[in-house]
Amino acid sequence: MDLMTFLQLGDSTFRLSTPLLLACLAGLFSERAGIFDIGLEGKMLAAAFFSGAIAFVSGSVWLGLLAGIGASLALSLVHGLASITFRGNQLISGVAINFLAAGLTVVVAQDWFGQGGRTPQLAGAARFQNITLPFTEQIGHVPFLGPVYVELISGHTFIVYLAALCVPAAWWLLFRTRFGLRLRAVGENPAAVDTAGISVVRLRFVAVGICGVLCGIAGAYLATALQAGFIKDMTAGRGFIALAALIFAKWRPWYALYACLLFGLLQAVALRFQNINLGGFVLPVQFMDALPYILTVVILAGFVGKAIPPRAGGEPYVKER
Amino acid sequence: MTFMTKLLGASAALALSAGAALADPAIIFDLGGKFDKSFNESAFAGATRWATETGGTFAEVELQSDAQREQALRRFAEAGNNPIVMAGFGFATALDEVAADYPDTKFVIIDMVVDQPNVRSVVFSEHEGSYLVGMLAAMASKTGTVGFIGGMDIPLIRKFACGYAQGVLAANPDATIIANMTGTTPAAWNDPVKGSELTLAQISQGADVVYAAAGGTGVGVLQTAADSGILSIGVDSNQNYLHPGQVLTSMTKRVDNAVYEAFTAGVDLETGFNVMGLANGGVGYALDENNAALVTADMQAAVDAASAQIASGELVVHDYMSDETCPGLTF
Repeated sequence: MDLMTFLQLGDSTFRLSTPLLLACLAGLFSERAGIFDIGLEGKMLAAAFFSGAIAFVSGSVWLGLLAGIGASLALSLVHGLASITFRGNQLISGVAINFLAAGLTVVVAQDWFGQGGRTPQLAGAARFQNITLPFTEQIGHVPFLGPVYVELISGHTFIVYLAALCVPAAWWLLFRTRFGLRLRAVGENPAAVDTAGISVVRLRFVAVGICGVLCGIAGAYLATALQAGFIKDMTAGRGFIALAALIFAKWRPWYALYACLLFGLLQAVALRFQNINLGGFVLPVQFMDALPYILTVVILAGFVGKAIPPRAGGEPYVKER
Repeated sequence: MTFMTKLLGASAALALSAGAALADPAIIFDLGGKFDKSFNESAFAGATRWATETGGTFAEVELQSDAQREQALRRFAEAGNNPIVMAGFGFATALDEVAADYPDTKFVIIDMVVDQPNVRSVVFSEHEGSYLVGMLAAMASKTGTVGFIGGMDIPLIRKFACGYAQGVLAANPDATIIANMTGTTPAAWNDPVKGSELTLAQISQGADVVYAAAGGTGVGVLQTAADSGILSIGVDSNQNYLHPGQVLTSMTKRVDNAVYEAFTAGVDLETGFNVMGLANGGVGYALDENNAALVTADMQAAVDAASAQIASGELVVHDYMSDETCPGLTF
């Protein structure tokens, strides 16, 4: 394999990792605050649809992005209402959101555009275009570093860079601010937070809201950057892979980045080299597709360090018992 | 009490209207969805054409999961719909069980063979149509490398790939063919993001014509091919219009004709085995104003000559499903 192949693999890895990373960080905020969220998939799907639809109608991808975030936020609020205010089961609420999004997007799209549950194709300003970073001309001639900069780092869409920035931002917010400390505490021991005079309900709603915004960006990325429009079920299980990545990352932002890059790389390798020949033994592509889940099970089983979820996760908070 | 009467009246009305559907034909779409711009949409087009021409009505349902196949079949059979057409290979097992229970109902299954006295099995010679577009791809390619992207990895899709590879090699014996499948689950029919990545991976390996036989995933393939300035080939329906001037051609599979014929024949439908190939217009390649500039007269002449040879039986395209092997391509 030459350098170019590696760079193309890396390029593909970045594209495939971005929606995973955004969804993974979304789940991280929610679960760190004690709200399990298996509705990431549904929120991404709803965001993908609304970003595609509004970007087509308005001709502006930025309005589309806002609409996607709005749709995802609305579903987040439903999840928050069900699991925080009404103390319902968080898993059931998440499943309901997945079903709701899968059905509703297609029905609304069919009614709106009449193209069979998809949005019309986006073009021009209604899509995120690839950004060429400055100095590609000058650095491009430098051996090794040049191609790495031009091929790998430059030439992605705005959201890829945004997602990369989200990682240090999430780390700083969670581990270096008062808000982050409280948010983590609310996922470990909400009663202690409550005793300190801080509203558990409000903190959890904020966490779920952040989760909604990040899922919205992830969905908009699928429909308006990677693709040119919404197609039914286009998230294709990425929300669940993001959940797997979250466990793999043991609920930590930097680890989430590594986990998502790893899962993205596995996908990119599977897409690039269908069946990998390891000298007489052929590794089938299906194995590569299943590897993220296998790795997650291995982690959960405790072989590679322990993955301990936030202690109060999944438990609705009741002030007085 | 009045509420009860209303309720009873309503259910009676419902039952009556259900009875009125008697002998209307019915169609069941597969998981790809009615508007996949491809296979199912073609089936829907055939049904609609019949409805507008005859003024008749038909019952239809789009499946949401594999488990609904038998349920949908029984539901239509119980309601008296006849014939019942199902678009998709996945119905074989369910139909095999259901057909015997409703001996007076005629069933039509597309893309699969079910050996029952009241079933008509319509099978297309996709390998022949794919052979033709393969020739076109090889002739249009400047790099000598062409790509194939399949949906779910099933023998039927390998049949497409195999016919395509033979066509490519017939037009250019030195050509390289890169064949990829999107996945192994039904989700592979609706994953345009993966389709895009596969296309980019094939482009980076030198492909400049990509043939997508992947349902909704193909939308992503065609989009990425157009974005990257290479040619693509559509499938099942004529997809040339999706990106005018950038889709080389489409391998048309006239599912609409199969559905139309079945609906027209109605209850007098002939059952048995039915092959739709190049000879009877079941498959072919699409040529319209959107791709007229891409297909030169030479290319068209070569393909039409091959088409005539295949139709007359002079040239035999190997069918992957006959022995699960393929000359010219390994999976």
